[in-house]
Amino acid sequence: MANLKELSKNAERLTGGHRLCAGCGAGTVARQTLLAAGDKPVVVVSATGCLEVSTTIFPYSAWKTPFFHSAFENSAATASGIEAAYVSLKKQGKLADDIRFVAFGGDGGTYDIGLQSLSGAMERGHRLLYVCYNNEAYMNTGIQRSSATPQGASATTSPVGKVKQGKEQHKKDLTAIMVAHNIPYAAQAVIGNWNDYVTKVQKALDTDGPAFINVMTPCRLGWGCKPEDSMEMVRLAVDTCIWPVYEVVNGVYKLTMKPRGGEKKPVIEFFKNQVRFKHLLKPENAELLASIQADVDAKWNKILALCGETK
Amino acid sequence: MVKAIYPKGKIVAKTGNEVMAEAMRQISPDVVAAYPITPATEIVQIFSQFVADGKVPTEYVAVESEHSAMSATIGASVAGARAMTGTSSQGLALMWEMLYIAAGLRLPIVMAEVNRALSAPINIHGDQSDTMGARDAGWIQIYSENSQESYDNMIQAVKIAEKAKLPTMVTTDGFIISHCMEVVEVYPDEDVKAFVGEYKPERALLDYKKPFTLGAIELQDYYFEHRWQLAEGMRNAKQIVLDVAKEFKNKFGREYGFYEKYKMDDAEVAIVTIGSAAGTTKFVIDELREKGIKAGLIKIRVYRPFPADEIAKDLAKVKAFAVLDRADSCSGNFAPVYLDVVSALFANGINIKSENYVYGLGGREISTEHIAEVYTKLDKIAKNQVAPSKTVEYINVRIK
Repeated sequence: MANLKELSKNAERLTGGHRLCAGCGAGTVARQTLLAAGDKPVVVVSATGCLEVSTTIFPYSAWKTPFFHSAFENSAATASGIEAAYVSLKKQGKLADDIRFVAFGGDGGTYDIGLQSLSGAMERGHRLLYVCYNNEAYMNTGIQRSSATPQGASATTSPVGKVKQGKEQHKKDLTAIMVAHNIPYAAQAVIGNWNDYVTKVQKALDTDGPAFINVMTPCRLGWGCKPEDSMEMVRLAVDTCIWPVYEVVNGVYKLTMKPRGGEKKPVIEFFKNQVRFKHLLKPENAELLASIQADVDAKWNKILALCGETK
Repeated sequence: MVKAIYPKGKIVAKTGNEVMAEAMRQISPDVVAAYPITPATEIVQIFSQFVADGKVPTEYVAVESEHSAMSATIGASVAGARAMTGTSSQGLALMWEMLYIAAGLRLPIVMAEVNRALSAPINIHGDQSDTMGARDAGWIQIYSENSQESYDNMIQAVKIAEKAKLPTMVTTDGFIISHCMEVVEVYPDEDVKAFVGEYKPERALLDYKKPFTLGAIELQDYYFEHRWQLAEGMRNAKQIVLDVAKEFKNKFGREYGFYEKYKMDDAEVAIVTIGSAAGTTKFVIDELREKGIKAGLIKIRVYRPFPADEIAKDLAKVKAFAVLDRADSCSGNFAPVYLDVVSALFANGINIKSENYVYGLGGREISTEHIAEVYTKLDKIAKNQVAPSKTVEYINVRIK
């Protein structure tokens, strides 16, 4: 369990002044990840995306820790090369320090174009933490659908039109794919619960092997929500069980967040304040909304069963 | 045949791939990240065995693709490690995006590249389409005529890359060199290690007490300067290539430069080519010389940076020349090496009759007869008996 008082003493390794939007969760993900690392040296790698472009506009950088970016689809492969260099130099006695490695990627860079690179790095067992900051679409290029975009969401390449009601396909369960790699630590989190997220990062960084965290974070432009509501938005994703928050330690599932008040809210509670879902509130889309609710229910029950929460 | 030159050298029989792996063992990089691909697979396969037997301290990253191979190699290099990889053809094509990034970040990565045709149609045999396509990626390119050269080039490449701060690829023609067993003189491990020296990076990501950001976005205000610096770095690499060659000659006795001149002093007709076909060409030259045709050869070793003024100067005295390209450009114009040679001549105010031939795609054989025919035509062109072709010509292909 993370302690706020102790965290507040940790040095800020992502400074303010970067160009991320107000209400963007990506900066919070990066900042909380580094705060969770405490005084451990951390080398950061990022995929191309909002986090990278907004924090490193040459000749400025918001990173007070070693930071490297090379391309979009290769954050995990790049981090594995850095980790391999670390292992090699340490083995040869050319380096003594204990360093941690964190690779960031958005959902596009992780679920889609970077999936192979991520799978390879996880399979090879590099000691690194991969954090997918998941805002459910290609936000940096202007809100195109990714395989993390949920069914029914409107994106610029899965728009609502006269005959289509947003994305037709379900989102990919990337965390399950990571769990299937038999890595020692995998988790889902939301940026709206610092304690849960920071605790997970701490566990992941203490894991002697590959770790993966899929953290849901809003893009207020892509989601069409108010910047001040970002944290509440993802809490609603948990309350509606659209985004189950859990961890898988050596194959053992544990639910780490439950809906507030103990009762699952209908999905509409998550949808109603986001422009990307507003068409789902129309009466003519009631059937689609019902089928999305049924899908969320089924997946939630599956997670409950995996976490041993079924009564 | 290769003869022993270095007093402590040892004559061995090895294929091009074996000897490239042997050079890598002696260099002992900190990290190698690679993916198998014919005909380069053996290089990393043999190297993996060195790792498995504890003969090198290298971390071998068996990545899931060539894109990741180059990405991981870049990561390792940025981290502060001496990093190497090897590939061929489609593998190099899959690395494309990362080749430019390795160069743009000025990383001294060394790659063992085995030249192979590009798909489609799929073909595993030797031609230079793969690296010719990467000619403007910002990598130093060193081509080898035989196994000895590939071994010597690998050793020199480490020094060249690290001094020039540019990634460097050393190539051999697929199968013709990679799988052909030849006599090679290898040097003792300690002498090779002493020659390449310890790698001391200017800065390293793992030096976390001196944090820096690399790979930042640069917009209209900075990008151009950094790309200019890259191009300037390539221009400056010319002297570095020569300096390392001189140092190599002083140590091991073998002489290298931008290119090799064969019987060029009094040549009236010349061929310019790259790689293994140069050996065949030398044989033809010797025969033609007996018949009174003053034939010569320029075999390019260092294609990037391109030794433009030097080649122009050395070709200035011939009456006609042909460039034999083992890659086509599909530009509707001439093939890559010819374009470079001709622009070098034009910029130097030299106008010589010339022809461009594409040969050997997908491993198609080029014989002594084919080369003799080129010289025979050049001889007629030189004597004004025939005019040179105004379009690219093809050797040994069924066109109709």
